[in-house]
Amino acid sequence: MSESPLPVPAAPSRAGSGFGPDISEVFGPHAADGGPDLVQLLTPEGERVEHPDFSFGTDLSGDDEAAMIRGFYRDMTLTRRIDTEATALQRHGELGIWAQLLGQEAAQIGSGRALRRQDFAFPTYREHGVAWCRGIDPLQLLGLFRGVDHGDWDPEQAHFGLYTIVIGAQTLHATGYAMGLQRDGDVGTGDPDRDAAVVAYFGDGASSQGDVNEAFIFAASYNAPVVFFCQNNQWAISEPIERQSKIPLFHRALGFGFPGVRVDGNDVLATYAVAKAALQRARDGQGPTLVEAYTYRMGAHTTTDDPTRYRLSEELETWKLKDPIQRVKAYLTRNGLADQAFLEAVNIEAEELGQHLREGCHALPEPSPLDVFDRVYAEQTPELAEQRAGYADYLDSFDVPAETGSPR
Amino acid sequence: MTKVTLAKGLNAGLRKAMEDDPKVLVMGEDVGKLGGVFRITDGLQKDFGEDRVIDSPLAESGIIGTAVGMAMRGYRPVCEIQFDGFVYPAYDQIVSQVAKIHFRSKGRVKMPVVIRIPFGGGIGAVEHHSESPEAQFAHTPGLKVVACSNPVDGYWMIQQAIACDDPVIFLEPKRQYHADKADLDTSAEPQPLFTSRVVRAGSDLTLLAYGPMVKTCLASAEAAAGEGKSIEVVDLRTLSPLDLGPVYASVRKTGRAVVAHEAHVNLGMGAEVAARITEQCFYSLESPVLRVGGFDTPYPPSRIEEQWLPDLDRVLDAVDRSLAY
Repeated sequence: MSESPLPVPAAPSRAGSGFGPDISEVFGPHAADGGPDLVQLLTPEGERVEHPDFSFGTDLSGDDEAAMIRGFYRDMTLTRRIDTEATALQRHGELGIWAQLLGQEAAQIGSGRALRRQDFAFPTYREHGVAWCRGIDPLQLLGLFRGVDHGDWDPEQAHFGLYTIVIGAQTLHATGYAMGLQRDGDVGTGDPDRDAAVVAYFGDGASSQGDVNEAFIFAASYNAPVVFFCQNNQWAISEPIERQSKIPLFHRALGFGFPGVRVDGNDVLATYAVAKAALQRARDGQGPTLVEAYTYRMGAHTTTDDPTRYRLSEELETWKLKDPIQRVKAYLTRNGLADQAFLEAVNIEAEELGQHLREGCHALPEPSPLDVFDRVYAEQTPELAEQRAGYADYLDSFDVPAETGSPR
Repeated sequence: MTKVTLAKGLNAGLRKAMEDDPKVLVMGEDVGKLGGVFRITDGLQKDFGEDRVIDSPLAESGIIGTAVGMAMRGYRPVCEIQFDGFVYPAYDQIVSQVAKIHFRSKGRVKMPVVIRIPFGGGIGAVEHHSESPEAQFAHTPGLKVVACSNPVDGYWMIQQAIACDDPVIFLEPKRQYHADKADLDTSAEPQPLFTSRVVRAGSDLTLLAYGPMVKTCLASAEAAAGEGKSIEVVDLRTLSPLDLGPVYASVRKTGRAVVAHEAHVNLGMGAEVAARITEQCFYSLESPVLRVGGFDTPYPPSRIEEQWLPDLDRVLDAVDRSLAY
């Protein structure tokens, strides 16, 4: 076996070959800034900019617009605090693992706040910001990572699916749920309180999964009201986006027969505007959209990962300059839309949230070993009931009561 | 009372379920205009419309994955996998999602999804069209697995599976689809879904089967009767959960048991059934529980499938070995 890497031939020109133009001529090279198609409404420096197709706040009064942006700032700050606190809890051994969202706050809060009550979101395991927008107590996010449950919110009540760990599987669930909305007549009626959409969250790595591609096909075929919201955070654990795709991800949508758009995933105004428009398309019955939120995983894949083994610190430093929260803070303070008292109040709220998580995490109830038998089926089977009874008898044969766990 | 084939019984059962509950949907490849490659869904799209009888794109994981979402929205999808060997692209959705969502959600989310799979061989088909994957699903907690063996069971069991709030893998013996007819009385009281049934009484040995092997075992028992051997035959009907109470009663009476299935013997349903009989009927057994089934090879080319599949003679060979022990 040769030690040398395989030679990479120079891309030959395809002009006149009969196979169309060279791919790089059509889509351009990958660019760290997301390329010319990036929808951006707030620059990393905190300057508002115009976009021909998407806008923020044009339907709001100045006061309402400022209040909404302050709300985004608060949401993102608190979401980051959830992430920081959970990471610390993992370091202290209170959580087995934590999937960090650091850097993806704008993508999640912008899209999460664009949802209406009747919309339904299907998350991966990193959508802590979207969960926040759906009104889920962040304490409920910790159970999965602490190992006391697999998720403890009611998906139907919260309109937020349980965290899905098998990559991309939830995009099909989202598409099926959207097909259900169609059959319920909850699409395209014109009633803003009735028409509903579904959003499927996934990442750049998931774009390689068969399920995601099948979800695209089903959604296109049935014109299902689903928004495929891809947070391209550039890294699938250690593998860069170039391993997953030769073309910008949002362009893939065209091949499936629906529109795709790339948005600055670190710009909460833009992610809100684009998600809002895509969700409305879905609610109106115009079918699916792929939104690629171009962002960056500033932390590790999870707390067990070590990014220094596969990526350069310069890359992280570059993205730190595009921090999603700092640009909103700069915009608000520079334009007199938020004063020190507001910023301080958010900080205090973040402290309180951190305390809530620390104290609540310790107090999360431990599962009973007998619980597992009761949740496998809606209609319990005799053989599992028998297995449960046998195990309960076994536990009772020790001095420690069954409900508090087996002796060690 | 009408005489129906298994295909007609299933079709009538699906129709009845769709009439009774507007949330019941049928989906799969070619289930609409064509009525399915075996015609099990014949005429349903014409009568219930394209929204309820859904011709899907050709993607099995997509069929099951979208069914999960529709179930979450309150529907009861009945998915058709066209042939046993094509279920594997959907295996992840079935095992990691369909089977686990009720458990994962602490019982908050129900998964009333039926996955119909024509299974087994004997139709002279090409590769991947004749397999018996039931043990893979029976080995998965969260799924229920049943197999019908005759037209009357087909009619009732499909309705009962659809009414069940748990996911059901519904196995249909494809070589029986258009074979025998039986009298169907739709006003009769059906036997509960997750129960086995003694289909022939006997006193010398208990023969256990399900799906396509029930017919083979009944014929074997008939042949054995000509030699003065009295064989009791049990149609297991449900593979997960197993209903072995009637089996234990039978084995305690006969002292001998043979389990037959088309699937590979190694780690097949017969292994589990034999283990449980041994645990529960140890002092009644006159001989070890024997298994007869497909060999531990991939399914063969169809020209030799009749040799590969357990037939009347191989079942009787196992019966003789048990009786001679």
